[in-house]
Amino acid sequence: MEFPAQPLDLDAMLAFTPRSERDVPRVARPYADQLTREQRLALYRHMRMTRSLEERLVALYRQTKVVGGLFRSLGQEADAVGSAFALERRDIMSPLIRNMGSMLVKGATPLEILRQYMAKGDSPTRGRELNIHFGDLDRGFVGQISHLGDMIPVMAGIALSFKLRGEDRVVLVYIGDGATSTGAFHEGINFAAVQKVPMVVVVENNGYAYSTPTGRQTAANSFMDKAVGYGITGAQADGNDVLAVYDVTRAAVERARAGGGVTLIELITYRRKGHAEHDNQSYVPDGETEWWAANNDPVDRFIAWLRERDGVTDDELAAIDAAVSAEIDAATDLAEASPMPEPLDGLEGIYAEPPRLAPHWYRAGVRTAVEQHERPAGWGTHDG
Amino acid sequence: MAEITYLEAIREALTEEMERDPNVFCLGEDIGAYGGAFKVTEGLQARFGDTRVIDTPIAEAAIIGAAAGAAHMGMRPVAELQFIDFISCGYDMLTNYVATARYRAFLPCPMVVRGPSGGYVRGGPFHSQNPEAAFLHTPGLKIVYPATAADAKGLMKAAIRDDDCVLFFEHKYLYRRVKDVMPAGDHVVPIGKARVAREGTDVSIITYAATVWKALEAAAQLEREDGISVEVIDLRTLLPMDDEAIAATVRKTNRVMIVHEDTRTGGIAGEITARINETCFEWLDAPVLRVTAHDVPLPYSPPLEDYVLPQVSDIVAVARHLARY
Ligand SMILES: Cc1ncc(C[n+]2csc(CCOP(=O)(O)OP(=O)(O)O)c2C)c(N)n1
Repeated sequence: MEFPAQPLDLDAMLAFTPRSERDVPRVARPYADQLTREQRLALYRHMRMTRSLEERLVALYRQTKVVGGLFRSLGQEADAVGSAFALERRDIMSPLIRNMGSMLVKGATPLEILRQYMAKGDSPTRGRELNIHFGDLDRGFVGQISHLGDMIPVMAGIALSFKLRGEDRVVLVYIGDGATSTGAFHEGINFAAVQKVPMVVVVENNGYAYSTPTGRQTAANSFMDKAVGYGITGAQADGNDVLAVYDVTRAAVERARAGGGVTLIELITYRRKGHAEHDNQSYVPDGETEWWAANNDPVDRFIAWLRERDGVTDDELAAIDAAVSAEIDAATDLAEASPMPEPLDGLEGIYAEPPRLAPHWYRAGVRTAVEQHERPAGWGTHDG
Repeated sequence: MAEITYLEAIREALTEEMERDPNVFCLGEDIGAYGGAFKVTEGLQARFGDTRVIDTPIAEAAIIGAAAGAAHMGMRPVAELQFIDFISCGYDMLTNYVATARYRAFLPCPMVVRGPSGGYVRGGPFHSQNPEAAFLHTPGLKIVYPATAADAKGLMKAAIRDDDCVLFFEHKYLYRRVKDVMPAGDHVVPIGKARVAREGTDVSIITYAATVWKALEAAAQLEREDGISVEVIDLRTLLPMDDEAIAATVRKTNRVMIVHEDTRTGGIAGEITARINETCFEWLDAPVLRVTAHDVPLPYSPPLEDYVLPQVSDIVAVARHLARY
């Protein structure tokens, strides 16, 4: 199969401000061209949901209803949504902290995300894990851990199982520009390459890893170049153009499905907020985030495209926005009303078997050490 | 003289040592212009330049391994881990390479690996760890974990001057919560010496880091409500451990509990219990008891974290039990 993506010149891209398909050099987009108008509106809806839900989370964070930090993907919505949209339901993906959009595409709900951020007892991890660190294999996403790079070998293993069992499924794993520096990234991608497993690795080059600019992270000219060293296919796309992202990812997914092995895709995008809400981005040159906001916002760009190419009307867009807002409002009410977890629930679920060890006796409110082997009533009665 | 925080005390130690010895340099993720995730190194790059305060890629094995190489050559690297949880990515370097270098190849590793540790901050399973027990089991490393601002400074200076690799755990809950006036002059606290944080005669609590403060709070409550006199020992250094200070308090009170934030099974409290058994059995009037975290990964949600981590009420309950024994 011919690989259709054209490498982009980042310098040219930064100098040049595409606002609609008319301004962009016309590249072949065989997959994006096949999307229906309805599918394109679905892409828009997911991007809008990502942005609006994060805005709601910011409001909740300011009201101290979010426990822990808040990590935005402002400006990266096209990268997350467009790439995940290229997967089939049966495919499995591993998101990062800035891939809430990918999780929404895969079927995660705003209610789950809100409950998770608020540490509620009925959140997907029952209050054990934070932010979007949760997964659901049925819907095709795996809960990440904080240790950067670690998901690459794990996802290589999932892809390996597809290959060994002859299942027609593909794995997509995200990695930040910073996280490509980890040993786990290298070991995992190299192993996947050697085994020729059906895996797509999306490097989200958003310019910074926390405060560290890309030039302090790697001496390579581009992340796409790294593919050469692993003996896999490399590709690059404008990460703020949702259709370009969809197209390049879909091509890699099809290649993997057809037995063509691993593809490394570099998406050029930009992190418009700090690493997390507490980070004031003092290390960012003046005007840089503003430039991206004004000239290269993925949502604005796609709206312009939809208006011009699909004849989408303001009313249609407003209807989608209103539906998104209504869904977030309803989910927020439910999440706020959700209970916090029961303390003893924190002791369950370590092993497949129900817990054998009782809580420490002094916690259970029992008077003597001798009684420490008794389980409190109601403890260990449901599966973890 | 003004009080400064635990965090500022560490920064002061780094600054003074970098000024004193040109071989001292810092490396780690985002420690330069940004000043580190917790701002411990804020201002250091402006002062010492980007060759002595080096921003690294996200690569803990490389950070620790490169520090070791530089240390072999007589440099004194201080490596920051953004959160101590990520020390696991450099575990092989530390336990296999660094810890054995002097013994098998006569290569010194005078380096410090430091980072924010510990919970009580709703950080979830990967931003709250206390991995000290994993390294307690590794001959060749030293482990320091201060509870006060003065100790944070004095022990950091000692760690930088030490001729071996020192793992320097900083408790993030204490960073901005505890303060001290720094002792005048070149304030160095020797590695390996415990501190009596509170004198007492009925029950001993042996602990370190954030739980020192929980133990002190419990001791005050026990004194007030029960008239129980509690002695609190702050270990300060976990490896080498101050066995004399432990024996002294056992002989004094004859009733001992060990409190730590890390999980129980295979933890440091078990090691201390065994040492007490071996050397102080005749002095005991009660079994040595442990107050620790439950054996689970540290959960995120407040009610879960509160339940899993040791609290003042737990310490009080166990101390009462011991006093009655
Ligand atoms: C192994 C490891 N080291 C350090 C960290 C701390 N940390 C969390 S996110 C981050 C920066 C990540 O940058 P990048 O991979 O570029 O992703 P981005 O945040 O830009 O999306 C760092 C250093 C970590 N999570 N894991």
